[in-house]
Amino acid sequence: MLANYGYKDASGDFFITVDTEKCNGCGDCMAACPASVFAVEDEDPSDPMRDGPVAVVAGDKRKRLKYECNPCKPSALRPPLPCIEACKADAILHSW
Amino acid sequence: MPEDKKEFWRWAESNWKNPDLNWEDANIITVGVDVGSVSSQAVIMGDGKMLAYGNMRTGSESPKSAVNAFNFALDALIDMPEDRMDYCVGTGYGRVNVPFADRPITEIACHARGANFIYGPEVRTVLDVGGQDIKVIQCDEKGKVTNFLMNDKCAAGTGRGMEVLADLLGVSINEVGERSFKVKEEPRAVSSTCVVYAKSEATGLLRKGWTTEEVLASYCRAMAERIYALIERVGVVPRFAVTGGMAKNRGVIDRLMPMVGLERMTTTWDTQIAGAMGAALFGYALCQKGKGRKK
Repeated sequence: MLANYGYKDASGDFFITVDTEKCNGCGDCMAACPASVFAVEDEDPSDPMRDGPVAVVAGDKRKRLKYECNPCKPSALRPPLPCIEACKADAILHSW
Repeated sequence: MPEDKKEFWRWAESNWKNPDLNWEDANIITVGVDVGSVSSQAVIMGDGKMLAYGNMRTGSESPKSAVNAFNFALDALIDMPEDRMDYCVGTGYGRVNVPFADRPITEIACHARGANFIYGPEVRTVLDVGGQDIKVIQCDEKGKVTNFLMNDKCAAGTGRGMEVLADLLGVSINEVGERSFKVKEEPRAVSSTCVVYAKSEATGLLRKGWTTEEVLASYCRAMAERIYALIERVGVVPRFAVTGGMAKNRGVIDRLMPMVGLERMTTTWDTQIAGAMGAALFGYALCQKGKGRKK
């Protein structure tokens, strides 16, 4: 499942996508993110029939992604994002 | 004497009982309660079949509205005791506030499951326009979510926005859809769907001499465009279905469908109860899987 967390407002689209087919809930993204955007839940909240842990975007961060992720996204010379680098399963995508 | 202020936004609350089924014949009775930001629904199912539902306004207290909606559905059944229920799942905005629920499940999962039940296994894309958020969900033939997006940060293009406009224009919420098509020429969309900005823009347009119908059309078009922008992110896979209160508003949905380029599926069910239906079905699935309540 592609879980799109975030929002669209007048200033743009701000979504982080977690591919739950790939995510194994290891928590590396959680450790790598300086803003603690990610959390690991024991059960996928959007699929109660799935077993095993999964990474989600923490509830209190979902409506603030533009600001929370901003320090990792300078306008010039953008380094790779720590969350995407940390994810061995290649399960994380940013829309902006 | 000032005349009584009419509440134009107020929609009809309803409950229903399945005349063909008797709750006493059911093995497992599950309840789904969907406490939304604007409306609350309770669905009672016996072995995964609809027994009854109740649909009412949420009000200011989520736990109370959950109880009210459940009692409203029980009223329809008349003689079923409250404690006959085997399992209850809470969903929606206030899912953690349902006092008698065994567990909460997110509305994403429940809406996909509910739409699968209402519209059948061919449904792949579900648009749910609720009171305060918009969800676009793709699901498989079993109603399992494969891709989803929920915008609950901004109430633009949602049911509550429509209620505010109906109240401003003095048009009953049930008539908004029909009346928005009574225009000679389709007007441009209002420039912002933000409820606050759109309301002041509508006031401005009225002062400029626009008719009520033109303002309605203009706002409905803006909402359709806004909803489409979110649908585009997830993509559309046929067949396409709409749930939630906005499915009853032709003004927005009939303007949206040409943008989507598909026919929408139709149903005789109340589209507002999809979430609660999904919750009750999950309750049944959990009971069958042995994950039900420990007795």
